[in-house]
Amino acid sequence: MSAPFRLATGGRIDRSKPLRFTFDGAAYTGFEGDTLASALIAGGVHLMGRSFKYHRPRGFLTAGPDEPNALVGVGASQDRYTPNLRAPVVELHDGLVAESQNRWPSLRFDAGAVNDLFSRFLPAGFYYKTFMWPKSFWKTVYEPKIRSMAGLGKAPTAPDADRYTQVYAHVDVLVVGAGPAGLAAALAAAESGRRVMLADEQPEVGGSLLHDVTATIEGRPAAAWVAETLAALEAKGVQVLTRTTAFGYYPHNMLGLLERVTDHYANPDPKLPRERLWQVRAGEVVLATGAIERPLVFPENDRPGILLADAARAYANRWAASVGKRVVIATACDSAYRTALDLKAHGIDVAVVADLRPMPIGPLVDAVRAAGIRVEAGTAVTGTRGRLRVRVAHLSRLDGRGGAHAPEPVACDALLMSGGWTPTVHLFSQSRGKLRFDEGLQAYVPSVSVEKERSAGGCNGVFDLAAVLADGYAAGESAARATRVRAPASRAFPVDGTHPVTGGHLGAVPHSRNPSAVKAFVDFQNDVTAKDLKLATREGLRSIEHVKRYTTTGMATDQGKTSNMNALGIVSEAIKAPIPQIGLTTFRAPYTPVTFGSFAGASRGDLFDPVRKTPSHSFAVEKGAPFENVGQWKRAWWYPRPGEDQHAAVRREVKAMRSSVGMFDASTLGKIEVVGPDAAAFMEMLYTNAWAKLGVGRCRYGVMLREDGFVMDDGVIGRLAADRFHVTTTTGGAPRVLNHMEDYLQTEFPHLAVWLTSITEQWAVTAVQGPKARDVIAALVEGVDLSDAALPHMSVVECRVCGVPARLFRVSFTGELGYEINVPADHGAAVWQAVYEAGQAYGITPYGTEAMHVARAEKGYIIVGQETDGTAGPDDVGLGWAIGKAKPDFVGKRALARPAMGAADRKQLVGLLTEDPATVLEEGAQIVADPVFEVPARMIGHVTSAYESPTLDRSIALAMVKGGRARMGETIYIPMPDRVIAAKVVAPVFYDQEGARLNG
Amino acid sequence: MQTYSALQLLRRAFGGHQSWEPLWRQPALKPAYDVVIIGGGGHGLATAYYLAKEHGITNVAVLEKGWIGGGNTGRNTTIIRSNYLFDESAALYDHAVKLWDDLSQALNYNVMYSARGVMMLAHTVHDVQSAKRHIHANRLNGVDNEWLDPEACKAFCPELNISDNIRYPIMGGALQRRGGTARHDAVAWGYARAADAMGVDIIQNCEVTAIRRDATGAIEAVETTKGTVKTRKVGVVAAGHTSVVMSMADVRMPLESYPLQALVSEPVKPTFTCVVMSNTIHAYISQSDKGELVIGAGTDAYTSYSQRGALHITEHTLDAICELFPMFRRMRMLRNWGGIVDVTPDRSPILSKTAVPGLFVNCGWGTGGFKATPGSGNVFAHTIATGEPHRINAPFTLDRFRDGTLIDEAAAAAVAH
Repeated sequence: MSAPFRLATGGRIDRSKPLRFTFDGAAYTGFEGDTLASALIAGGVHLMGRSFKYHRPRGFLTAGPDEPNALVGVGASQDRYTPNLRAPVVELHDGLVAESQNRWPSLRFDAGAVNDLFSRFLPAGFYYKTFMWPKSFWKTVYEPKIRSMAGLGKAPTAPDADRYTQVYAHVDVLVVGAGPAGLAAALAAAESGRRVMLADEQPEVGGSLLHDVTATIEGRPAAAWVAETLAALEAKGVQVLTRTTAFGYYPHNMLGLLERVTDHYANPDPKLPRERLWQVRAGEVVLATGAIERPLVFPENDRPGILLADAARAYANRWAASVGKRVVIATACDSAYRTALDLKAHGIDVAVVADLRPMPIGPLVDAVRAAGIRVEAGTAVTGTRGRLRVRVAHLSRLDGRGGAHAPEPVACDALLMSGGWTPTVHLFSQSRGKLRFDEGLQAYVPSVSVEKERSAGGCNGVFDLAAVLADGYAAGESAARATRVRAPASRAFPVDGTHPVTGGHLGAVPHSRNPSAVKAFVDFQNDVTAKDLKLATREGLRSIEHVKRYTTTGMATDQGKTSNMNALGIVSEAIKAPIPQIGLTTFRAPYTPVTFGSFAGASRGDLFDPVRKTPSHSFAVEKGAPFENVGQWKRAWWYPRPGEDQHAAVRREVKAMRSSVGMFDASTLGKIEVVGPDAAAFMEMLYTNAWAKLGVGRCRYGVMLREDGFVMDDGVIGRLAADRFHVTTTTGGAPRVLNHMEDYLQTEFPHLAVWLTSITEQWAVTAVQGPKARDVIAALVEGVDLSDAALPHMSVVECRVCGVPARLFRVSFTGELGYEINVPADHGAAVWQAVYEAGQAYGITPYGTEAMHVARAEKGYIIVGQETDGTAGPDDVGLGWAIGKAKPDFVGKRALARPAMGAADRKQLVGLLTEDPATVLEEGAQIVADPVFEVPARMIGHVTSAYESPTLDRSIALAMVKGGRARMGETIYIPMPDRVIAAKVVAPVFYDQEGARLNG
Repeated sequence: MQTYSALQLLRRAFGGHQSWEPLWRQPALKPAYDVVIIGGGGHGLATAYYLAKEHGITNVAVLEKGWIGGGNTGRNTTIIRSNYLFDESAALYDHAVKLWDDLSQALNYNVMYSARGVMMLAHTVHDVQSAKRHIHANRLNGVDNEWLDPEACKAFCPELNISDNIRYPIMGGALQRRGGTARHDAVAWGYARAADAMGVDIIQNCEVTAIRRDATGAIEAVETTKGTVKTRKVGVVAAGHTSVVMSMADVRMPLESYPLQALVSEPVKPTFTCVVMSNTIHAYISQSDKGELVIGAGTDAYTSYSQRGALHITEHTLDAICELFPMFRRMRMLRNWGGIVDVTPDRSPILSKTAVPGLFVNCGWGTGGFKATPGSGNVFAHTIATGEPHRINAPFTLDRFRDGTLIDEAAAAAVAH
């Protein structure tokens, strides 16, 4: 398709490289260097989308990331589809597929536009006042309808095919924005020799200079100066990041940057990530983020073909795309006069410049008049015509009394407006810097910094090019000086071909039309009009935050970049309060939207959370074991033989372990070495038990409490030397326990000479359990007398096993004779295999976590986190014996003295035997005393563990029951949805109550 | 109070909507009130509403330092549910859910309570045990909560990835169908409007600077930036800044204040119909009526009064969402913000009288106070009006941290062996 609005010459596009693309299925051609917006404008397209609420036809408003209207979905397939992209910042590539949004059945004929006809019934906040009757309709009718009308683009439906990555960087000076101020700042900072990073959201550096065709700097055209400056910066080692948006300013000079790496390629290198998320910690920051042009708020200011004046200038100068053949310019600011001059120079007919100001003066105004362009002072646009594209602008002379005279219709195909410039103070404000309202500029500008940063150029309220360059250089200098090196000399940049600009307007433009019958848009995307804002103030919403939330002004995807100051102006007038008294809404990160995937980076699938595998992992894989996720660990759940289900496998594993011998990988248990002259004293404080008198080579079961007296963790702890304890923790609790220990060591007991080291991953553990355990390991252990007398239950000895150094524990979590062989992790797999082979003579059976759970439940051993839940004290779970009664203090001791901890009706650990031995209770089921009850029922406890016991050949359960130890022999009831199960309360040890098997 | 309805909307449209009255007055601070509520968030405004509505106490001031609803009421992710484990919590939160059900009609203000279902996923054996314990307890407490296997989870939330190609595959979920969301600002405004209509004075931009007590130690006045107010009863409902306000009455609170972040995506057409939470993967998500995906997770690690959080917390929240819903990876974060949440040692709120006669406190809602707003206000109003707690908030005393009768809902977060 031809490009009737492509200017014959000029622009930063490469006309030798045509690019084909489609928009809503129609084919177009652009050039390399085009954006989707510039290529479509060159093709004569202005109808781009439909607004959020009224579905009004909308075109381009801006040429940058502040675009509220021209939002598109881009991507040929669902796995690469992105909704809500701003067309002015979508770089064109060959084969790009884009579509418009929020319209049905088509962009030209959108059924939703009926909302516009009924708009008088849909004022701001109308939904709070209706849709309440009948009640059931909210869920079934109103809300689904509202939801389907709301939203803009469509979310992708397939998993994203692209990858993202993250980079962390430290720099001395970070300069945000590579327009004239940013370039000058980077020059100054670079001359100091420090590490400097310069980031800009556009594909090339230069900012506003890229569409300035008249200005010269140091005698060179602006574009040439930009190119030379870039070369100089790169020569000095400045890291220049283009297509990189600094989106967030976080505490302590941490900035989040998003770099778009591949979206502009037709066929990106598959090795490249789509985007990079940079987290940059900067010594000093220079904000050179420029300024955003404001629209004028006049009736019907939203039609396609109505753009910001400087955007039209950029489309013409930078992309050789003309926004129309005959344009009208409405302004309150000198900068629009530059647009008039540049467009006229391109041969575009500028019908009239209508200036709100009664007497615009200055060199730019003179130049426009001299160029023969009609200038009307004290004149506003008070209405427009044209359904899918503006075709008439109504110009009215202001009467000076808040109204306007009868309008003069002026035919046009583009209407350009400028209400002046708003400094881009988003990042400054995010950094918690304080703003000040500058009455002269009628703008908020940075005042007091909180972080180590300074603003320069447009975002600092400086607009004259020579001043911008000087301001930027000075900011770069000051940043360099703050990093304590020689600062460069100050520098002036002589400029020519440019003029200072003044003027601007906040709020609505006066007109004499019926205010309740016209729509003058403030927030274009969210369809918030001047009258909506006035309605909100009439309804008593006087805080600007309330106005924002009630009308949704400034809450669209552009976050109010073009609308917030106008909204403020209107509210100020409505409630008769000066702007500084009203304040601003909070600027929130991100400056522009940031892809979720970039935050996730490589953290997906197996990398989402590290996978930790035990030394026997591949053995278990070979045996076909399923794995259980426990913390980050993969633990073998059971080892099925052919034809076995979980039930059969677990049953066989438990029986084999109890009758002969089993082996279990216990490497996942947390292990912490507590070392130092005060190790025992420290252990006395962290665990309830007494440790001082524990002999070297002996073990003890330890109970750790939180400060509130509840059980936090448990484990067997061996004393390797007078000053050295080998502490084991639960698998999931290992990091928590280490943190808890460090916390107390550093904050409460800093006088203790103790060092803590996590050794979970240094030692692999093979548990060998069962009556034949000693026989199995005897051949593997060197130089240790394994007899019960020499190495009794709860002992530890350092020795060699299979020829490697080992810590051999005689401990048991099954109730059988048992050993846990700790060897350096590198030898874990070999030792596991050696034990397996040595055990063949005894039919050794590897068992998984499920069999371990069953076996320990048969013995009544608790699992912290299963029997306990953060509300169980040690006595509640039958561990009262583990509390060192004579100890003066330990963490949690004071809490144990609270009255409720000794109450008779506390939940206590008991065993349950169902009346029907075949019925296995459900873990988590609740318990009542009376089988006949009403809801809400009086619950007296819950089932914590329940299994079919292979050893007892019947179901068993552990439970926490109120006053449980006094209920022995009682029948209690477990109500299920379909029946009530009866069970008898028994002691929580079902097997070998006297512990004879442990001491064999 | 002007009635809100479709008919009124139609009628006033023809007058250019000129005749709508303010939602609430802008009254001057009177020299004395029967009750002063410190904190104009949802809980404070609801308290004032129920004081007037159910106890006939209308000479009430709500003092708000900034703008009403500007704290956690206006910053939360609006999830409503009552499937709590312990009897005390279930009673409190279910009281709220019952009030939510016809709150729009009661206030004549559409708070958009949307019972779209809250599904909490289980990814480990421990999660399953914990979920089932909740479900059994809820059933016997008359609170709806049901177990769904992975296929049923997927049927309820089609976007869910129930394959085993994620790090922590979904083993099932607990669904509370009455759970859902509501429009947070509307809750504040609806309560404010209805309370104002009954005579409650809502005073914004009014910071409390001191709480004065008489010779007996009882409350006698509150000093503010707009002057001194005499009163014998003060209800402190100041969320993250409760400790600061209570210290003015020399009461030390067992609270820690943390930043809690949330974020929204750009708005898209309906794509996510329910609320999904995952404790193991650690994030939650729903879609607002406007079309934004509303996302949150846990608090930042360090105590702070700064209403913003750290970037790496956002990072962990979003990597969790991307892991659960890989089709949302290309969606984009539009806004990210933080609030200050007040956390008690047992993660349950305090709705209590205090040792200071006339001083009442409602705080400690941690990361989940929005859902309780109507129930909280209702029973707190009872407590202030009668001087004694309502049956439902009787267990939520300040003294429980001394006597040990904790209500530890963090139990659900206990981790497996």
